[in-house]
Amino acid sequence: MKRLRRIAERLAEAALTLSGSIASLAILLIIVFLFKEGLGLFGSSAVEKGYALCVHSSNPVEQLAPQQVKQIFDRELTLWSEAGGSGGEIVTFRFDELFALYSEEELGESYELIPQRLGEVIARTPGIIAFVPEEYLPYHNREVKALPAAKISPAAFFGGREWLPTATPAPQFGVLPLIMGTVWVSLFAILIALPLGLGVAIYMSELAGARTRKLLKPTIELLAGIPSVVYGFFGLAVLAPLIRQTLRLPVGETAFAGSLILAIMALPTIITIAEDAMRRTPLAMREASLALGATPWQTIYRVIVPYASSGIMAAVVLGTGRAIGETMAVLMVTGNAAVMPHSLFQPVRTIPATIAAELGEAPAGGAHYQSLFLLGCILFIITMLISASAECIASRNPGKEI
Amino acid sequence: MNKKTEQKIAFAIFRLLGLLVAGVLFWILGFIIYNGISVISWDFLTAAPAEGMTAGGIFPAIAGTLCLVAGSVTLAFPIGVMSAVYMNEYAGGSWVVRFIRVMTNNLGSIPSIVFGLFGMTLFVNTLGFGDSILAGSCTLGLLVLPLIIRTTEESLKAIPSSFRTGSLALGASKLQTIRKVVLPMAFPNIVTGLILSIGRVSGETAPILFTVAAYFLPKLPDSLFSQVMALPYHLYVIATSGTDIEASRPIAYGTALVLIAIVLSMNLLAATLRKLK
Repeated sequence: MKRLRRIAERLAEAALTLSGSIASLAILLIIVFLFKEGLGLFGSSAVEKGYALCVHSSNPVEQLAPQQVKQIFDRELTLWSEAGGSGGEIVTFRFDELFALYSEEELGESYELIPQRLGEVIARTPGIIAFVPEEYLPYHNREVKALPAAKISPAAFFGGREWLPTATPAPQFGVLPLIMGTVWVSLFAILIALPLGLGVAIYMSELAGARTRKLLKPTIELLAGIPSVVYGFFGLAVLAPLIRQTLRLPVGETAFAGSLILAIMALPTIITIAEDAMRRTPLAMREASLALGATPWQTIYRVIVPYASSGIMAAVVLGTGRAIGETMAVLMVTGNAAVMPHSLFQPVRTIPATIAAELGEAPAGGAHYQSLFLLGCILFIITMLISASAECIASRNPGKEI
Repeated sequence: MNKKTEQKIAFAIFRLLGLLVAGVLFWILGFIIYNGISVISWDFLTAAPAEGMTAGGIFPAIAGTLCLVAGSVTLAFPIGVMSAVYMNEYAGGSWVVRFIRVMTNNLGSIPSIVFGLFGMTLFVNTLGFGDSILAGSCTLGLLVLPLIIRTTEESLKAIPSSFRTGSLALGASKLQTIRKVVLPMAFPNIVTGLILSIGRVSGETAPILFTVAAYFLPKLPDSLFSQVMALPYHLYVIATSGTDIEASRPIAYGTALVLIAIVLSMNLLAATLRKLK
């Protein structure tokens, strides 16, 4: 009997230990799975899967960067001399153009003659660049040179200014517009939320009577409890039209609308933490200040706010973290244009919104899919840095915990 | 400027800001209640969407959200409570606890869309659950795990250690002490955490986008492996990409009202429970 009980104790302890490790295990798994998928992007071909680029064999060009490919097919680059080749004009050739040049008979019953015809086209046009399926590549033709597929590089990903993940033949995965969109939206959200939140925190901790505080505290908790999709809906139905009308903009779904919504969403975090920090100011410090003849207001901004400064900093950092990671509300109100932002009053696209909007359409395992996981990795790293720095800041002042 | 007037101005501004924040909450709530209340009816709550989601009700979405709440809480609640018991009662003060606590905090600060990504690779693809209640519940369960751990740990910490030593001195084993003394005492607070996590789970959208949520699926789930509609996702769909956004606006207001009612009533219930103690 006694032995049985001891075994039960052991088993229980093992089960408890196991559950205790689940959170850590989850983080580990998140890192492994996110990075495994995300880093796969850097090995993958910059040209759409299953397709290849080929040129005339007399063309000295060896390799084209993804961005060059895109510019060539967009007709922004028109001379080989500008693209690392030699001489004349670039003639782009997409696979479907073959069907305009040749009749079905000439292409063969089951298209077995396609490689041959492709070879002919390429052989007679020295300035050509053709974008064709790999299976139809005329390998044996001496006048055809297939360009080795360029790999997507970290430099192109982190330094690229274009996010066009579904462009053909060369999708562009430049993350800068998304990063800038995230930075603009969250930065202005914090600029709005900080003075507001700090003011309310001062009001609640120093001015409000017990009754007002009792009313205001649940109000702020409720504000924190509203689901983000409801915030997004509110922004979509109320804020965006309001912004469009008052500022006479073509669309109301702008970075500014996103910032406003995020500011409201970050407020509870900022208020709660900042208020906690200010309440922890020792009574002796307040009384000393008042005894020296300072007014309560002077005490607040000369004694209490400086004393609580690290807590306030932590509040700002955590509020920023909340703003950067927020998905649904931002997705619904910022207008979702993945372009470099030039002003607050134009549509932008943030990193989380991009993942939410595009993952459903990205085929699993493809470059687009991987790039979205890489965005997830970026987001993960940013939030880890933020929570680490918040902890760091808060621990500078003794006796504080977030 | 006179320092008295300065103070008056500053304090007036702070009062105004306090009012402003309360005003924002009432603006949002008022807007949704005012527009949504006329839509709510028995039919709206019990019928399936009809005519391209411009008419009918939201019953499948309510049912789906209930399934997800039940699933995720069933998974996360025991693990969360056991995890907190381990941290507070067994591994007291060691580096293991500090490590677990840091990890739990970190898990809590990860954006919900990252949970969605992770849930999609691990539960939907790697483990082969597919888009299903099971995959969605696992993802949401991970999301609320830190919340449950934190609230449980706080309630365990609030129990004076004399109760534990008293129980041990009477000859009870550690496990018996936890089962018969510590957990029953901490129970009300643990339930508060449970209610809070129900509120949290029912409002989350990003984690279920790619793990379970169905655009339109009027039939009710028949197993853990079926897809379901969910309230927050339904609101997102009819607000942004429905067949006729203008015509489905009233439905959107109604859905938002039901969602807010569920989430906020859970929060209020938790707050009241906390006060009762």
